[in-house]
Amino acid sequence: MSEITMAPSSTASTSWLDLARRHRVLLASGFVLVFPLVMPFTALAVNILIYGLYALGFNLLFGYLGLLSFGHAALFGTGAYVCGIAIVHFGLPWYAAIVLGVLGALAMAALIGGLAIRTRGIYFAMVTMALAQCAYYLFYQAVGWTGGENGLRGINVRNINLFGLTFDFINPLTRYYVVAACVIAAFFMLSRILASPFGAVIEAVRENEARARASGYNVVATRLITFILSGGFCGLAGALAALHLSIVPIEILHYETSGMVVMMSLLGGMGTFFGPFVGAGVFLLLENLVSLWTVHWQLVVGAVFVACVLFFPAGIWGTLLNRMKP
Amino acid sequence: MSVSEPSVILRTTEVSKSFGKFLALNNITAEFERGVITSIIGPNGAGKSTYFNLLSGAFAPSRGRVEFEGRDVTHLPQHRFAHLGIAKSFQITNIFPQLTVRENVRVGLQAFVSRYDIWRPRASLPGLVERADALLAMVGLQDRRERRACDLAHGEQRALEIGMALAANPKLLLLDEPTAGMSPEETRVMMDLIVKLAGERTVILVEHKMKLVMGISQRVMVLHHGELLAQGTPAEVRQNEQVKRVYLGQREH
Repeated sequence: MSEITMAPSSTASTSWLDLARRHRVLLASGFVLVFPLVMPFTALAVNILIYGLYALGFNLLFGYLGLLSFGHAALFGTGAYVCGIAIVHFGLPWYAAIVLGVLGALAMAALIGGLAIRTRGIYFAMVTMALAQCAYYLFYQAVGWTGGENGLRGINVRNINLFGLTFDFINPLTRYYVVAACVIAAFFMLSRILASPFGAVIEAVRENEARARASGYNVVATRLITFILSGGFCGLAGALAALHLSIVPIEILHYETSGMVVMMSLLGGMGTFFGPFVGAGVFLLLENLVSLWTVHWQLVVGAVFVACVLFFPAGIWGTLLNRMKP
Repeated sequence: MSVSEPSVILRTTEVSKSFGKFLALNNITAEFERGVITSIIGPNGAGKSTYFNLLSGAFAPSRGRVEFEGRDVTHLPQHRFAHLGIAKSFQITNIFPQLTVRENVRVGLQAFVSRYDIWRPRASLPGLVERADALLAMVGLQDRRERRACDLAHGEQRALEIGMALAANPKLLLLDEPTAGMSPEETRVMMDLIVKLAGERTVILVEHKMKLVMGISQRVMVLHHGELLAQGTPAEVRQNEQVKRVYLGQREH
């Protein structure tokens, strides 16, 4: 096998895949824009957008840096609660509430990350989970602010005002496109981060920590910053969830919410740009369709998950991408 | 470069390192001269790798101090070493396996330009790819640039690691058994490469195989049971009675 014959053929056949990779934001955004046209229930489509964004943020840490957090519910939940509290208790407009939700999640990520980031592997997963449980009880106890076990009610956003235009947020399709606009902005941000010099550092730390350190990179700082950035995306998803549901249930902070995003990422394909989104979509579609004929929908989703992990370890989207490679 | 640059680049003063009750290194005081190749040799278990790890900042000594260019670096975190001008290659190949050969070196170069920029495209950092390609040409990997690093042959991976160490443009290059696991042909290529690089910088080399380094080193340090047994020119070390007894008397492996 000589390289001279191999090289040109491989460049020719990968070129369109490279092209797709270069325009991943455009492709992902295009998909998001046409998605409700093929979905029977728009409310479910909004849910897929929100959890897709949550998984996207989680994947920045899990897939790209290689750190498994079991406490991302705290970041998602903080985004939702802060956004909700800003609207319910302070009467702030929706955009300010979203911004505060993201800032709140960034602060929570800095706190949890700052405490957990020096541990690794299973210890990191356990410490993040324990800290997320602390956040759960904190929000659970602060009944005056959060409604405790009844959840935070009364997040009623009827209209979205932007540049002098008024959108009816009650209309499902309008609501979808408002959320989609935020998700597309997040696609753009995430893609920039991945393509940036810091994105290269993230890859280097994932590939070989000792080498990255010897090359002059502060591995702990890199992990912490990535954790916080990941928290920002998850917080945005949480804030959108609060607006969409009109309520923040306390279950949003439950460790099931942390575990679910791990499943979604694995199902779709960790470390791929769009995989987590696919994973969230498949997960929620299965949940909704299967629960129509049996209450034991988790059994079916679990079986699909196990089959995926066993037979498609790269995930659904990851396997598809690998198939398309020559 | 100033004319009065001190001739000692690195100094260890009474450094010891113990792991639990085991004393791996005992009270080693040594100086390393600028611009020469110094080899640290010794039989298995002599404490060579422990000493190397102290010099490269992988861990701090239990006692004593390490100075680089007169500055105390004993407790400096590892990632600061690269920025002082100390680069190393590991005993076990240490590369970024899933990245391309070029990206391996480019990331090494990037550490001195941009570490926390999350917004600009990395392609906009000027000159990094060109400099990476130049370094790859220097270590003989110009034809392998687009390959994933994990697909290279063992000797090529070692050469890549040297290229990555050179990306730091180091004043001091630390190499831990750079020919470990290499074929005789690969070993010869690597030795030529080390000699070529040494013209421009200080090299400290840890090596198990004594014969290999005698020809290329100006200075040799012999460690035995965690102690500094002898140091001097290769000729002096070869004449040293103690060294003959503990090292040369044994069959070369």
